[in-house]
Amino acid sequence: MELNGAQLIAIFIVSAIAGMGSVLDEFQTHRPLIACTLIGFILGDMTTGIIIGGTLEMIALGWMNIGAAMAPDAALASVISTILVIAGHQSIGAGIAIAMPLAAAGQVLTILCRTLTVFFQHKADSFAREGSLRGIDICHLGALGIQALRVAIPSILVAMYIGTGAVQSMLDAIPPVITGGLQVAGGFIVVVGYAMVINMMQAGYLMPFFFLGFVIAAFTQFNLVAFGVIGLVLAIVYIQLNPKYNKTVAAAAPSGSGNNDLDDDLDD
Amino acid sequence: MKKLTKSDFFWTFVRSNFAQGSWNMERMQALGFCFGVIPIIKRLYSGDERKQALKRHLEFYNTQPFVTAPIIGVVSAMEEQKANGKDIPDGVINGLKVGMMGPLAGVGDPIFWGTVRPITASLGASFALGGSLFGPILFFVLFNLIRLLVRWYGIKYGYEKGTDVIADVAGNTLQKITEGASILGLFVMGALVNKWTSVHVPIVISTIQKQDGTTAVTTVQTIFDQLMPGLIPLLLTFMCIKLMKNKVNPIWIIFGLFAVGILGYWSGILGM
Repeated sequence: MELNGAQLIAIFIVSAIAGMGSVLDEFQTHRPLIACTLIGFILGDMTTGIIIGGTLEMIALGWMNIGAAMAPDAALASVISTILVIAGHQSIGAGIAIAMPLAAAGQVLTILCRTLTVFFQHKADSFAREGSLRGIDICHLGALGIQALRVAIPSILVAMYIGTGAVQSMLDAIPPVITGGLQVAGGFIVVVGYAMVINMMQAGYLMPFFFLGFVIAAFTQFNLVAFGVIGLVLAIVYIQLNPKYNKTVAAAAPSGSGNNDLDDDLDD
Repeated sequence: MKKLTKSDFFWTFVRSNFAQGSWNMERMQALGFCFGVIPIIKRLYSGDERKQALKRHLEFYNTQPFVTAPIIGVVSAMEEQKANGKDIPDGVINGLKVGMMGPLAGVGDPIFWGTVRPITASLGASFALGGSLFGPILFFVLFNLIRLLVRWYGIKYGYEKGTDVIADVAGNTLQKITEGASILGLFVMGALVNKWTSVHVPIVISTIQKQDGTTAVTTVQTIFDQLMPGLIPLLLTFMCIKLMKNKVNPIWIIFGLFAVGILGYWSGILGM
């Protein structure tokens, strides 16, 4: 499918916004749910975009930037895989499979960009010495612009060559045993994301709640909203009953005076 | 008497949404923090004092981006006092930032990346898998609403309480919230491991011809499902946890599982 000029411009803008979202991690425009949907809309098949987004989102659930550790890049993976599926006429399973190496490549690219932007940090130092507020704004936003181009340039290249048939024949050359296998793997690849979330919590003593969720899911038909409510109730009850948090009240009660604040401070 | 105005806080709030734009390997969010508090610095200082203030806020800084809000609030309160003649050395303001960023990241990471985003995202994805636009919209609105409220009230709270915030950071409340969020997050993760995975082992163990003419086929999967549905994904999850604890890059684990999928499909051990 050949893309027209307006579509190419729109892809450039959306992929730039996704690239910025990836470093900012604020508006979540880099998340598959958002980026794939927007690309799908541009390519005239939003429903497919939404489904790819939902599938990729589950895989990417645990991809997060913690401290100085960079996550696999959801932005590049979402944008390009959606283009390949819709404009390159691939199956969603194949799209997901291609998204993974793209996420790894995006991770390398963002580390590269975050090293390049050290230059902007130093430029900002010299603007600070001049007392130039505008200079600092330009440095900050310039660095953000590099992150936007990081995703926008590869995406627009893919979008431009998708109609030429070269990309198409390359994708069609993938044997069915690979695409089938990748589709099978798609069923359980999501556990990596779940494992990342569990690892990040670093709360081994709370794992009984994990097993409870697992068993309830195994034998009921509850949906996610129900699980959310049950989980919230469990959390509140746990906090209310936990002796760790009730100590101060018990200790302060016999004194009966207004020293609670002081006691709190001492106990902390 | 220099006083910060509502619009200063509004613009700081807006700018703080771009805190990580210039995240770099050397000083991480340093420039981003400075970018955020520029309306504050602009209001309070001019000339050499302004240069000094800019330099002060270009020092190394990194935390979970949403919990930066209360730190911005406290810093604004201190800068306001400093601009009005109170003797606060540069090192104190920086020490406060560095002192708060660690504990707050310890709260922000499990709450936002471990609980709020996985739950809102999987909720959105559950609708999106059926092709419904409601899914992405739900995720976008819900997550950003929570995030913006935390940012807005965080700045306000930090500014009003000033350095008293440090006592709160060390206190029980944040610990309660973190622990509660972790419980909710882990509970939902447990449900997801079971419900939102599919592993199918179609190897036939026995085919029994029944009296009424039907055949009962027992596969490996049937046995697993009788034992405990979702057992294989559960074991896989723990394998991933173990590998990550040994510092294996998650993307390699993903590639590894893809290889397992292809081999399994090719040999017929794993089915759709």
